[in-house]
Amino acid sequence: MNHVALEKKILSENDRIATTLRDRFAEHGTLCLNLISSPGSGKTTLLERTLQSFSPDRHVAVLAGDIQTENDANRLKRFGFPVKQITTGGTCHLDARMIERHLADWPLDQIDLLFIENVGNLVCPASYDLGEAAKIVLLSVTEGEDKPLKYPSVFFKSELVIITKTDLLPYVPFDQQAAEENIRRVHPGVEILPLSCSTGAGVDRWLHWLEKQAVKTEPLVSK
Amino acid sequence: MHEIGIAEAILDAVRAETRQHPGLIARKVAIRVGELAGVDPDALQFSFEALVQGTPLDLVQLEIEICPRLHLCPDCQIEFRVIDFDSRCPRCGQQLTKCVSGDQLEISHLEMESYEPRSA
Repeated sequence: MNHVALEKKILSENDRIATTLRDRFAEHGTLCLNLISSPGSGKTTLLERTLQSFSPDRHVAVLAGDIQTENDANRLKRFGFPVKQITTGGTCHLDARMIERHLADWPLDQIDLLFIENVGNLVCPASYDLGEAAKIVLLSVTEGEDKPLKYPSVFFKSELVIITKTDLLPYVPFDQQAAEENIRRVHPGVEILPLSCSTGAGVDRWLHWLEKQAVKTEPLVSK
Repeated sequence: MHEIGIAEAILDAVRAETRQHPGLIARKVAIRVGELAGVDPDALQFSFEALVQGTPLDLVQLEIEICPRLHLCPDCQIEFRVIDFDSRCPRCGQQLTKCVSGDQLEISHLEMESYEPRSA
């Protein structure tokens, strides 16, 4: 029997495309953020709240992933920024090739901030690099504080954890302190940001976090 | 359930490598899956077997090595296994230790043997 060493990443083709995307984002100074959560945790609502707060001349765009329907893109288009829906037709996550294809006719030099709303799923999106500067995972207070322990991969790989729907805390048995401890057990030192898009509590901290990231993303070429 | 896609990617790599070795046929592909990779080994094994069935690769076995999560303490410089998500340094109690292993999703090697073409 011949032993042939390969030593390569299984998703190397995805990673190759993600690397070219990351290089393009860096070249144009585009901050790309990959939002991941269970279905119904509030990714689209957070984006609505975020887009609503931006002035119309802000160079922001959204790619919204779903298995079916254009519903999310339609909700987000109301704010006047470029939004494109990626319907995967059954695939439970976005991969780098889908991002590359859907960005093909968008001038990146006119996009400073690109949100990717991943397919609602806490498992599979964690494995696919999309060339983003950071993954952000959302956990709503209706989901239970043990989710970080059940789905450690995505919490481990995310730069920021947003706890959403905090206005519902009085009505659900969600132990926020335990949730934060669980998050930090999986990802020591990760930043955690609780907020409510209904009341607006904590949204300022999220917008501040975004501005802080945007400053780090200076373009390599002048616009 | 993205294990089908991962099994496809493994098979793509096996096919590509097999093309580089005329006269050899793949018998086993060995991979490493970290505890934090977010991949279910049973689902991956099942997907792999389903995909090779009835194809020229149906004799290829998938061998999965599960890699534990290892952290490094920045103060003591010791490496330790994280059990039940307790990532504190077992020696000094430092909370902010660094993950150095456990999110692998890699092909380590192939085992191949000579292929005798059957006469018609």
